[in-house]
Amino acid sequence: MQYLMLIYNEESNPPQPGTPEGDAYMNEYMAFTEDVQQKNLMLGSNALEPVATATTVRVRDGKTETTDGPFAETKEQLGGYYLLDCKDLDEAIEHAARIPCARGGSIEIRPVMVFE
Amino acid sequence: MGTAAPDPAHAAIEKIVREEWGRVLATLVGYVRDFSVAEDVLQDAVVAALQHWPGRPLPDNPGGWLLQTARRKAIDLYRRDNRFKAKRDELARMVQVEATPEDPGEAMVDERLSMMFTCCHPALAEQARVALTLRALGGLTTTEIARAFLVPETTMAQRLVRARRKIKAANIPYRVPPAHLWPERLASVLSVVYFVFNEGYEASSGQSLTRGDLCEEAIRLGRVLVDLAPDEPEAAGLLALMLLHDSRRSARSDPTDELITLEHQDRSLWDREKIVEGERLLQAALRARRPGPYQVQAAISAVHASAASHATTDWEQIRLLYRKLGKIQPSRVVHLNEAVALSFSAGPEAALEALDRLGDPGVLERYQPFWAARADILRRAGSRDEAVDAYRRALDLTRNAAERSFLERRLAALLSGD
Repeated sequence: MQYLMLIYNEESNPPQPGTPEGDAYMNEYMAFTEDVQQKNLMLGSNALEPVATATTVRVRDGKTETTDGPFAETKEQLGGYYLLDCKDLDEAIEHAARIPCARGGSIEIRPVMVFE
Repeated sequence: MGTAAPDPAHAAIEKIVREEWGRVLATLVGYVRDFSVAEDVLQDAVVAALQHWPGRPLPDNPGGWLLQTARRKAIDLYRRDNRFKAKRDELARMVQVEATPEDPGEAMVDERLSMMFTCCHPALAEQARVALTLRALGGLTTTEIARAFLVPETTMAQRLVRARRKIKAANIPYRVPPAHLWPERLASVLSVVYFVFNEGYEASSGQSLTRGDLCEEAIRLGRVLVDLAPDEPEAAGLLALMLLHDSRRSARSDPTDELITLEHQDRSLWDREKIVEGERLLQAALRARRPGPYQVQAAISAVHASAASHATTDWEQIRLLYRKLGKIQPSRVVHLNEAVALSFSAGPEAALEALDRLGDPGVLERYQPFWAARADILRRAGSRDEAVDAYRRALDLTRNAAERSFLERRLAALLSGD
Protein backbone atom coordinates (compact mmCIF):
# COMPACT_ATOMS: atom_id res chain seq x y z
CA MET A 1 0.00 0.00 0.00
CA GLN A 2 1.29 3.46 -0.87
CA TYR A 3 2.03 6.02 1.81
CA LEU A 4 3.05 9.60 1.18
CA MET A 5 5.44 10.91 3.82
CA LEU A 6 5.30 14.68 4.00
CA ILE A 7 8.37 16.19 5.56
CA TYR A 8 7.71 19.25 7.68
CA ASN A 9 10.29 21.37 9.47
CA GLU A 10 10.96 24.96 10.46
CA GLU A 11 13.12 26.08 7.58
CA SER A 12 15.78 27.53 9.85
CA ASN A 13 16.05 24.25 11.75
CA PRO A 14 18.01 21.69 9.79
CA PRO A 15 21.77 21.89 9.53
CA GLN A 16 22.57 24.28 6.69
CA PRO A 17 24.26 22.96 3.56
CA GLY A 18 27.96 23.60 3.29
CA THR A 19 28.59 23.07 7.02
CA PRO A 20 30.03 19.82 8.45
CA GLU A 21 26.68 19.14 10.17
CA GLY A 22 24.94 19.93 6.90
CA ASP A 23 27.09 17.40 5.02
CA ALA A 24 26.48 14.71 7.63
CA TYR A 25 22.74 15.43 7.40
CA MET A 26 22.75 15.07 3.62
CA ASN A 27 24.64 11.81 3.91
CA GLU A 28 21.98 10.51 6.26
CA TYR A 29 19.30 11.38 3.74
CA MET A 30 21.20 9.65 0.97
CA ALA A 31 21.67 6.55 3.13
CA PHE A 32 17.94 6.47 3.90
CA THR A 33 17.01 6.86 0.25
CA GLU A 34 19.41 4.11 -0.78
CA ASP A 35 18.03 1.83 1.90
CA VAL A 36 14.37 2.17 0.86
CA GLN A 37 15.36 1.80 -2.78
CA GLN A 38 17.19 -1.43 -2.04
CA LYS A 39 14.15 -2.71 -0.18
CA ASN A 40 11.98 -1.89 -3.23
CA LEU A 41 9.81 0.46 -1.21
CA MET A 42 10.73 3.67 -2.95
CA LEU A 43 8.22 5.01 -5.45
CA GLY A 44 9.41 8.58 -5.47
CA SER A 45 10.90 11.38 -3.44
CA ASN A 46 11.89 14.96 -3.80
CA ALA A 47 13.20 17.89 -1.83
CA LEU A 48 11.29 21.11 -2.42
CA GLU A 49 12.55 24.67 -2.78
CA PRO A 50 11.77 26.78 0.31
CA VAL A 51 8.31 28.32 0.93
CA ALA A 52 9.56 31.70 -0.22
CA THR A 53 9.42 30.25 -3.72
CA ALA A 54 5.85 29.00 -3.35
CA THR A 55 2.86 30.27 -5.29
CA THR A 56 -0.74 29.56 -4.36
CA VAL A 57 -3.52 29.39 -6.94
CA ARG A 58 -7.24 29.57 -6.18
CA VAL A 59 -10.11 29.87 -8.62
CA ARG A 60 -13.14 31.63 -7.16
CA ASP A 61 -16.23 32.59 -9.16
CA GLY A 62 -14.38 31.74 -12.35
CA LYS A 63 -11.50 34.08 -11.48
CA THR A 64 -7.99 32.76 -10.98
CA GLU A 65 -6.33 34.28 -7.92
CA THR A 66 -2.59 33.90 -7.67
CA THR A 67 -0.75 34.78 -4.48
CA ASP A 68 2.86 34.66 -3.35
CA GLY A 69 3.67 32.11 -0.68
CA PRO A 70 2.25 28.86 0.74
CA PHE A 71 -1.49 28.15 1.12
CA ALA A 72 -1.20 29.06 4.80
CA GLU A 73 1.43 30.42 7.14
CA THR A 74 2.46 27.54 9.32
CA LYS A 75 5.09 27.08 12.01
CA GLU A 76 6.62 24.15 10.14
CA GLN A 77 6.82 24.13 6.36
CA LEU A 78 6.68 21.36 3.80
CA GLY A 79 10.20 20.66 2.63
CA GLY A 80 9.95 17.42 0.71
CA TYR A 81 8.35 14.00 0.49
CA TYR A 82 8.85 10.29 0.08
CA LEU A 83 6.30 8.02 -1.57
CA LEU A 84 6.83 4.52 -0.24
CA ASP A 85 5.14 1.20 -0.80
CA CYS A 86 4.74 -0.36 2.63
CA LYS A 87 2.99 -3.47 3.93
CA ASP A 88 1.01 -1.60 6.57
CA LEU A 89 1.03 1.49 8.76
CA ASP A 90 3.52 0.03 11.22
CA GLU A 91 6.05 -0.45 8.44
CA ALA A 92 5.38 3.08 7.21
CA ILE A 93 5.91 4.45 10.72
CA GLU A 94 9.14 2.51 11.10
CA HIS A 95 10.55 4.08 7.94
CA ALA A 96 9.19 7.55 8.60
CA ALA A 97 10.98 7.57 11.94
CA ARG A 98 14.28 7.09 10.12
CA ILE A 99 13.87 10.13 7.92
CA PRO A 100 16.47 12.55 9.35
CA CYS A 101 13.95 15.39 9.58
CA ALA A 102 11.81 13.37 12.01
CA ARG A 103 14.25 14.45 14.70
CA GLY A 104 13.15 18.03 15.22
CA GLY A 105 10.52 18.25 12.52
CA SER A 106 7.39 16.23 11.75
CA ILE A 107 6.63 13.57 9.19
CA GLU A 108 3.00 13.31 8.21
CA ILE A 109 2.05 9.89 6.85
CA ARG A 110 -0.91 9.85 4.46
CA PRO A 111 -2.27 6.70 2.90
CA VAL A 112 -2.74 7.15 -0.83
CA MET A 113 -6.36 6.71 -1.86
CA VAL A 114 -7.11 3.57 -3.83
CA PHE A 115 -9.87 3.70 -6.40
CA GLU A 116 -11.51 0.39 -7.27
CA MET B 1 -51.14 -0.38 29.00
CA GLY B 2 -47.53 -0.09 30.18
CA THR B 3 -44.38 -1.61 28.69
CA ALA B 4 -43.86 -5.37 28.63
CA ALA B 5 -41.54 -6.76 31.30
CA PRO B 6 -38.09 -7.62 29.93
CA ASP B 7 -38.02 -11.22 28.73
CA PRO B 8 -35.79 -13.18 31.14
CA ALA B 9 -34.75 -15.51 28.31
CA HIS B 10 -33.56 -12.51 26.32
CA ALA B 11 -31.76 -11.07 29.31
CA ALA B 12 -29.92 -14.36 29.84
CA ILE B 13 -28.95 -14.51 26.16
CA GLU B 14 -27.77 -10.91 26.17
CA LYS B 15 -25.59 -11.66 29.18
CA ILE B 16 -23.97 -14.57 27.36
CA VAL B 17 -23.50 -12.49 24.23
CA ARG B 18 -21.84 -9.75 26.23
CA GLU B 19 -19.44 -12.25 27.83
CA GLU B 20 -18.55 -13.90 24.53
CA TRP B 21 -18.48 -10.77 22.40
CA GLY B 22 -14.82 -9.84 22.81
CA ARG B 23 -13.43 -13.26 22.02
CA VAL B 24 -15.77 -13.95 19.12
CA LEU B 25 -15.30 -10.53 17.53
CA ALA B 26 -11.53 -10.75 17.85
CA THR B 27 -11.54 -14.11 16.07
CA LEU B 28 -13.94 -12.85 13.40
CA VAL B 29 -11.79 -9.84 12.61
CA GLY B 30 -8.95 -12.31 12.16
CA TYR B 31 -11.03 -14.03 9.49
CA VAL B 32 -12.68 -11.15 7.67
CA ARG B 33 -9.96 -8.53 8.12
CA ASP B 34 -12.50 -5.73 8.41
CA PHE B 35 -13.80 -4.29 11.67
CA SER B 36 -17.11 -3.06 10.28
CA VAL B 37 -17.93 -6.30 8.47
CA ALA B 38 -17.02 -8.32 11.55
CA GLU B 39 -19.25 -6.28 13.76
CA ASP B 40 -22.16 -6.38 11.29
CA VAL B 41 -22.11 -10.14 10.85
CA LEU B 42 -21.75 -10.68 14.58
CA GLN B 43 -24.75 -8.42 15.21
CA ASP B 44 -26.68 -10.53 12.69
CA ALA B 45 -25.61 -13.67 14.53
CA VAL B 46 -26.85 -12.18 17.80
CA VAL B 47 -30.22 -11.45 16.20
CA ALA B 48 -30.30 -15.07 15.06
CA ALA B 49 -29.46 -16.24 18.57
CA LEU B 50 -32.31 -14.18 20.00
CA GLN B 51 -34.63 -15.89 17.52
CA HIS B 52 -33.41 -19.48 17.83
CA TRP B 53 -32.19 -19.95 21.38
CA PRO B 54 -35.31 -19.14 23.48
CA GLY B 55 -37.33 -22.20 24.33
CA ARG B 56 -34.44 -24.59 23.65
CA PRO B 57 -31.49 -25.71 25.74
CA LEU B 58 -28.64 -23.29 25.15
CA PRO B 59 -25.82 -24.43 22.84
CA ASP B 60 -22.92 -26.14 24.67
CA ASN B 61 -20.57 -23.62 23.17
CA PRO B 62 -22.51 -20.38 22.69
CA GLY B 63 -19.39 -18.51 21.58
CA GLY B 64 -18.70 -21.17 18.97
CA TRP B 65 -22.30 -20.98 17.78
CA LEU B 66 -22.07 -17.21 17.36
CA LEU B 67 -18.73 -17.47 15.60
CA GLN B 68 -19.94 -20.12 13.17
CA THR B 69 -23.16 -18.26 12.40
CA ALA B 70 -21.31 -14.98 11.87
CA ARG B 71 -18.67 -16.63 9.76
CA ARG B 72 -21.30 -18.16 7.46
CA LYS B 73 -22.87 -14.76 7.01
CA ALA B 74 -19.45 -13.35 6.16
CA ILE B 75 -18.90 -16.07 3.57
CA ASP B 76 -22.24 -15.17 1.97
CA LEU B 77 -21.34 -11.52 1.97
CA TYR B 78 -17.88 -11.97 0.49
CA ARG B 79 -19.26 -14.26 -2.23
CA ARG B 80 -22.21 -12.14 -3.30
CA ASP B 81 -21.14 -8.56 -2.79
CA ASN B 82 -18.85 -7.07 -5.42
CA ARG B 83 -17.39 -4.63 -2.98
CA PHE B 84 -15.47 -7.47 -1.37
CA LYS B 85 -13.85 -8.83 -4.52
CA ALA B 86 -10.45 -8.18 -2.99
CA LYS B 87 -11.21 -10.42 -0.03
CA ARG B 88 -10.50 -13.61 -1.96
CA ASP B 89 -7.95 -14.95 0.50
CA GLU B 90 -10.20 -14.30 3.46
CA LEU B 91 -13.13 -16.00 1.72
CA ALA B 92 -11.03 -19.03 0.81
CA ARG B 93 -9.82 -19.43 4.37
CA MET B 94 -13.31 -19.21 5.86
CA VAL B 95 -14.68 -21.71 3.34
CA GLN B 96 -11.91 -24.10 4.27
CA VAL B 97 -12.67 -23.73 7.97
CA GLU B 98 -16.36 -24.41 7.28
CA ALA B 99 -15.54 -27.51 5.26
CA THR B 100 -13.42 -28.98 8.05
CA PRO B 101 -15.48 -31.00 10.52
CA GLU B 102 -15.23 -28.91 13.62
CA ASP B 103 -14.59 -30.31 17.05
CA PRO B 104 -17.27 -28.52 19.11
CA GLY B 105 -15.03 -28.64 22.15
CA GLU B 106 -12.13 -27.01 20.33
CA ALA B 107 -11.15 -23.73 21.84
CA MET B 108 -11.44 -20.65 19.65
CA VAL B 109 -8.02 -19.24 18.87
CA ASP B 110 -7.78 -16.29 21.20
CA GLU B 111 -7.19 -13.21 19.09
CA ARG B 112 -8.06 -10.78 21.84
CA LEU B 113 -4.47 -9.65 22.29
CA SER B 114 -4.35 -8.64 18.62
CA MET B 115 -7.61 -6.82 19.13
CA MET B 116 -6.31 -4.98 22.19
CA PHE B 117 -3.14 -3.81 20.52
CA THR B 118 -5.06 -2.71 17.43
CA CYS B 119 -7.70 -0.79 19.38
CA CYS B 120 -4.97 0.93 21.38
CA HIS B 121 -2.71 1.72 18.42
CA PRO B 122 -0.95 5.08 18.92
CA ALA B 123 -2.14 6.22 15.48
CA LEU B 124 -5.70 6.37 16.85
CA ALA B 125 -6.88 9.33 18.89
CA GLU B 126 -6.83 8.59 22.62
CA GLN B 127 -10.56 8.92 23.05
CA ALA B 128 -11.03 6.62 20.06
CA ARG B 129 -8.78 3.99 21.63
CA VAL B 130 -10.87 3.97 24.77
CA ALA B 131 -14.20 3.80 22.92
CA LEU B 132 -13.02 1.11 20.52
CA THR B 133 -11.57 -1.04 23.31
CA LEU B 134 -14.80 -0.90 25.28
CA ARG B 135 -16.86 -1.68 22.18
CA ALA B 136 -14.73 -4.41 20.66
CA LEU B 137 -13.44 -6.13 23.79
CA GLY B 138 -15.93 -5.15 26.42
CA GLY B 139 -18.93 -5.67 24.20
CA LEU B 140 -20.48 -2.51 25.57
CA THR B 141 -23.04 -0.93 23.28
CA THR B 142 -22.44 2.52 21.83
CA THR B 143 -25.24 3.78 24.07
CA GLU B 144 -23.58 2.37 27.18
CA ILE B 145 -20.20 3.86 26.30
CA ALA B 146 -21.74 7.25 25.50
CA ARG B 147 -23.54 7.28 28.83
CA ALA B 148 -20.43 6.23 30.71
CA PHE B 149 -18.43 9.14 29.29
CA LEU B 150 -21.28 11.61 29.38
CA VAL B 151 -21.27 12.40 25.66
CA PRO B 152 -24.20 12.29 23.23
CA GLU B 153 -24.71 8.94 21.56
CA THR B 154 -24.21 10.38 18.09
CA THR B 155 -20.82 11.77 19.13
CA MET B 156 -19.73 8.38 20.40
CA ALA B 157 -21.08 6.60 17.32
CA GLN B 158 -19.13 8.99 15.07
CA ARG B 159 -16.00 8.50 17.14
CA LEU B 160 -16.22 4.74 16.59
CA VAL B 161 -16.97 5.09 12.88
CA ARG B 162 -13.98 7.38 12.40
CA ALA B 163 -11.70 5.03 14.30
CA ARG B 164 -12.74 2.01 12.21
CA ARG B 165 -12.34 4.06 9.06
CA LYS B 166 -8.84 5.08 10.07
CA ILE B 167 -7.86 1.48 10.81
CA LYS B 168 -9.05 0.52 7.34
CA ALA B 169 -7.79 3.50 5.33
CA ALA B 170 -4.39 3.69 6.96
CA ASN B 171 -4.09 -0.09 7.09
CA ILE B 172 -3.33 -0.47 10.77
CA PRO B 173 -2.26 -4.12 10.98
CA TYR B 174 -4.41 -6.48 13.00
CA ARG B 175 -1.78 -8.29 15.04
CA VAL B 176 0.21 -8.57 18.20
CA PRO B 177 3.15 -6.26 17.47
CA PRO B 178 6.70 -7.64 17.40
CA ALA B 179 8.65 -7.59 20.65
CA HIS B 180 10.68 -4.48 19.88
CA LEU B 181 7.48 -2.41 19.73
CA TRP B 182 6.01 -3.76 22.96
CA PRO B 183 7.35 -1.10 25.34
CA GLU B 184 5.45 1.66 23.57
CA ARG B 185 2.45 -0.41 22.53
CA LEU B 186 1.85 -2.17 25.84
CA ALA B 187 2.08 1.18 27.60
CA SER B 188 -0.74 2.40 25.38
CA VAL B 189 -2.92 -0.63 26.14
CA LEU B 190 -2.31 -0.34 29.88
CA SER B 191 -3.05 3.37 29.87
CA VAL B 192 -6.36 2.83 28.04
CA VAL B 193 -7.43 0.20 30.58
CA TYR B 194 -6.35 2.39 33.48
CA PHE B 195 -8.15 5.37 31.98
CA VAL B 196 -11.38 3.36 31.87
CA PHE B 197 -10.86 2.32 35.49
CA ASN B 198 -10.25 5.88 36.66
CA GLU B 199 -13.32 7.17 34.89
CA GLY B 200 -15.33 4.64 36.83
CA TYR B 201 -13.47 5.11 40.10
CA GLU B 202 -13.38 8.89 40.26
CA ALA B 203 -17.07 9.09 39.56
CA SER B 204 -17.99 6.22 41.83
CA SER B 205 -19.09 8.52 44.59
CA GLY B 206 -22.05 9.20 42.36
CA GLN B 207 -24.95 6.88 41.91
CA SER B 208 -24.61 6.17 38.23
CA LEU B 209 -24.33 2.39 37.97
CA THR B 210 -22.68 2.80 34.60
CA ARG B 211 -19.67 4.39 36.20
CA GLY B 212 -19.17 1.53 38.65
CA ASP B 213 -19.51 -0.82 35.68
CA LEU B 214 -16.49 0.87 34.13
CA CYS B 215 -14.34 -0.33 37.03
CA GLU B 216 -15.66 -3.86 36.52
CA GLU B 217 -14.98 -3.62 32.80
CA ALA B 218 -11.45 -2.32 33.30
CA ILE B 219 -10.68 -5.11 35.76
CA ARG B 220 -12.10 -7.64 33.30
CA LEU B 221 -9.85 -6.27 30.53
CA GLY B 222 -6.95 -6.29 32.97
CA ARG B 223 -7.53 -9.99 33.62
CA VAL B 224 -7.57 -10.77 29.90
CA LEU B 225 -4.29 -8.92 29.54
CA VAL B 226 -2.65 -10.77 32.42
CA ASP B 227 -3.84 -14.10 30.96
CA LEU B 228 -2.57 -13.33 27.49
CA ALA B 229 0.63 -11.51 28.47
CA PRO B 230 1.84 -13.48 31.48
CA ASP B 231 5.44 -12.28 31.15
CA GLU B 232 4.58 -8.63 31.55
CA PRO B 233 4.84 -7.60 35.22
CA GLU B 234 3.31 -4.19 34.50
CA ALA B 235 0.11 -5.88 33.27
CA ALA B 236 -0.10 -7.75 36.58
CA GLY B 237 0.85 -4.55 38.38
CA LEU B 238 -2.03 -2.71 36.76
CA LEU B 239 -4.53 -5.42 37.63
CA ALA B 240 -3.25 -5.46 41.21
CA LEU B 241 -3.57 -1.68 41.39
CA MET B 242 -7.14 -1.72 40.10
CA LEU B 243 -8.19 -4.52 42.47
CA LEU B 244 -6.64 -2.77 45.46
CA HIS B 245 -8.31 0.53 44.62
CA ASP B 246 -11.61 -1.16 43.86
CA SER B 247 -11.55 -2.99 47.18
CA ARG B 248 -12.34 0.36 48.81
CA ARG B 249 -15.30 1.19 46.59
CA SER B 250 -18.03 0.50 49.15
CA ALA B 251 -16.33 2.66 51.74
CA ARG B 252 -15.75 5.71 49.53
CA SER B 253 -19.14 7.32 49.72
CA ASP B 254 -21.77 7.67 52.38
CA PRO B 255 -25.53 7.20 51.87
CA THR B 256 -25.89 10.85 50.89
CA ASP B 257 -23.23 10.37 48.21
CA GLU B 258 -20.59 12.43 49.99
CA LEU B 259 -16.99 11.54 49.35
CA ILE B 260 -15.27 9.85 52.30
CA THR B 261 -11.51 10.16 52.31
CA LEU B 262 -9.16 7.31 53.11
CA GLU B 263 -8.67 8.76 56.56
CA HIS B 264 -12.32 8.36 57.50
CA GLN B 265 -13.33 5.24 55.61
CA ASP B 266 -14.80 2.32 57.50
CA ARG B 267 -12.12 -0.23 56.73
CA SER B 268 -14.41 -3.12 57.62
CA LEU B 269 -16.21 -2.31 54.35
CA TRP B 270 -13.09 -2.96 52.29
CA ASP B 271 -13.34 -6.04 50.08
CA ARG B 272 -10.77 -8.42 51.56
CA GLU B 273 -10.95 -10.87 48.65
CA LYS B 274 -9.89 -8.17 46.21
CA ILE B 275 -7.10 -7.07 48.53
CA VAL B 276 -5.74 -10.60 48.87
CA GLU B 277 -5.86 -11.12 45.11
CA GLY B 278 -4.24 -7.75 44.47
CA GLU B 279 -1.43 -8.46 46.93
CA ARG B 280 -0.83 -11.90 45.44
CA LEU B 281 -0.61 -10.48 41.90
CA LEU B 282 1.74 -7.75 43.04
CA GLN B 283 4.10 -10.15 44.82
CA ALA B 284 4.27 -12.34 41.74
CA ALA B 285 4.92 -9.33 39.51
CA LEU B 286 7.69 -7.98 41.72
CA ARG B 287 9.50 -11.31 41.49
CA ALA B 288 10.20 -10.53 37.84
CA ARG B 289 12.40 -7.67 39.06
CA ARG B 290 11.22 -5.29 36.35
CA PRO B 291 9.57 -2.56 38.39
CA GLY B 292 7.39 0.00 36.68
CA PRO B 293 4.86 2.70 37.53
CA TYR B 294 1.87 0.39 37.88
CA GLN B 295 3.70 -2.00 40.21
CA VAL B 296 4.87 0.90 42.40
CA GLN B 297 1.39 2.42 42.55
CA ALA B 298 0.00 -0.99 43.42
CA ALA B 299 2.58 -1.28 46.21
CA ILE B 300 1.44 2.05 47.62
CA SER B 301 -2.16 0.90 47.54
CA ALA B 302 -1.14 -2.37 49.19
CA VAL B 303 0.48 -0.52 52.12
CA HIS B 304 -2.83 1.27 52.69
CA ALA B 305 -4.78 -1.95 52.31
CA SER B 306 -2.76 -3.70 54.99
CA ALA B 307 -3.07 -0.89 57.53
CA ALA B 308 -5.69 -1.22 60.27
CA SER B 309 -6.14 2.54 60.38
CA HIS B 310 -4.96 5.78 58.88
CA ALA B 311 -2.84 6.51 61.93
CA THR B 312 -1.05 3.13 61.96
CA THR B 313 -0.27 3.22 58.23
CA ASP B 314 3.40 2.90 57.34
CA TRP B 315 3.63 6.42 55.94
CA GLU B 316 7.39 6.38 55.63
CA GLN B 317 7.11 3.34 53.36
CA ILE B 318 4.50 5.16 51.31
CA ARG B 319 6.69 8.25 51.11
CA LEU B 320 9.61 6.15 49.83
CA LEU B 321 7.40 4.49 47.25
CA TYR B 322 6.15 7.85 45.97
CA ARG B 323 9.76 8.98 45.82
CA LYS B 324 10.59 5.90 43.75
CA LEU B 325 7.58 6.53 41.52
CA GLY B 326 8.71 10.13 41.12
CA LYS B 327 11.98 8.87 39.71
CA ILE B 328 10.40 6.47 37.21
CA GLN B 329 7.55 8.73 36.19
CA PRO B 330 8.06 12.25 37.52
CA SER B 331 4.90 14.30 37.83
CA ARG B 332 3.47 17.05 39.98
CA VAL B 333 0.84 14.85 41.55
CA VAL B 334 3.43 12.23 42.52
CA HIS B 335 5.68 14.79 44.20
CA LEU B 336 2.62 16.23 45.90
CA ASN B 337 1.61 12.85 47.24
CA GLU B 338 5.13 12.33 48.53
CA ALA B 339 4.79 15.56 50.49
CA VAL B 340 1.42 14.46 51.86
CA ALA B 341 2.92 11.14 52.98
CA LEU B 342 5.72 13.11 54.62
CA SER B 343 3.15 15.16 56.52
CA PHE B 344 1.98 11.95 58.17
CA SER B 345 5.38 10.35 58.69
CA ALA B 346 7.31 13.44 59.82
CA GLY B 347 4.62 15.99 60.64
CA PRO B 348 2.95 18.93 58.87
CA GLU B 349 5.87 21.37 59.23
CA ALA B 350 8.25 19.16 57.27
CA ALA B 351 5.60 18.70 54.59
CA LEU B 352 4.99 22.44 54.22
CA GLU B 353 8.65 22.90 53.43
CA ALA B 354 8.44 20.11 50.84
CA LEU B 355 5.35 21.71 49.31
CA ASP B 356 7.13 25.00 48.88
CA ARG B 357 9.87 23.25 46.96
CA LEU B 358 7.36 21.54 44.67
CA GLY B 359 7.82 23.73 41.68
CA ASP B 360 7.19 26.97 39.88
CA PRO B 361 4.77 28.95 42.07
CA GLY B 362 3.22 30.41 38.94
CA VAL B 363 2.22 26.93 37.80
CA LEU B 364 1.11 25.73 41.22
CA GLU B 365 -1.19 28.76 41.54
CA ARG B 366 -3.76 27.03 39.39
CA TYR B 367 -3.15 23.46 40.52
CA GLN B 368 -6.13 22.44 42.63
CA PRO B 369 -4.61 19.39 44.36
CA PHE B 370 -1.75 21.57 45.59
CA TRP B 371 -4.15 23.92 47.37
CA ALA B 372 -6.30 21.10 48.73
CA ALA B 373 -3.25 19.35 50.16
CA ARG B 374 -1.75 22.56 51.47
CA ALA B 375 -5.02 23.51 53.14
CA ASP B 376 -5.26 20.20 54.91
CA ILE B 377 -1.65 20.27 56.09
CA LEU B 378 -1.98 23.84 57.35
CA ARG B 379 -5.13 22.85 59.20
CA ARG B 380 -3.31 20.00 60.91
CA ALA B 381 -0.41 22.32 61.71
CA GLY B 382 -2.86 24.60 63.53
CA SER B 383 -2.39 27.53 61.11
CA ARG B 384 -6.07 28.35 60.94
CA ASP B 385 -6.04 31.57 58.91
CA GLU B 386 -3.64 30.27 56.29
CA ALA B 387 -5.65 27.06 56.09
CA VAL B 388 -8.87 28.98 55.50
CA ASP B 389 -7.19 30.93 52.72
CA ALA B 390 -5.87 27.74 51.15
CA TYR B 391 -9.31 26.04 51.27
CA ARG B 392 -10.79 29.05 49.51
CA ARG B 393 -8.08 28.91 46.84
CA ALA B 394 -8.77 25.19 46.39
CA LEU B 395 -12.52 25.73 46.13
CA ASP B 396 -11.98 28.34 43.44
CA LEU B 397 -10.27 25.70 41.36
CA THR B 398 -12.50 22.70 42.16
CA ARG B 399 -14.94 21.47 39.54
CA ASN B 400 -15.87 18.07 40.92
CA ALA B 401 -19.12 18.26 42.91
CA ALA B 402 -18.23 15.66 45.53
CA GLU B 403 -14.82 17.17 46.12
CA ARG B 404 -16.29 20.67 46.32
CA SER B 405 -18.77 19.56 48.94
CA PHE B 406 -15.96 17.90 50.92
CA LEU B 407 -13.78 21.02 50.90
CA GLU B 408 -16.72 23.21 51.84
CA ARG B 409 -17.38 21.05 54.88
CA ARG B 410 -13.72 21.28 55.93
CA LEU B 411 -13.77 25.05 55.50
CA ALA B 412 -17.03 25.41 57.42
CA ALA B 413 -15.61 23.35 60.28
CA LEU B 414 -12.58 25.62 60.48
CA LEU B 415 -14.64 28.80 60.37
CA SER B 416 -16.95 27.59 63.10
CA GLY B 417 -13.93 26.96 65.29
CA ASP B 418 -14.11 23.18 65.47
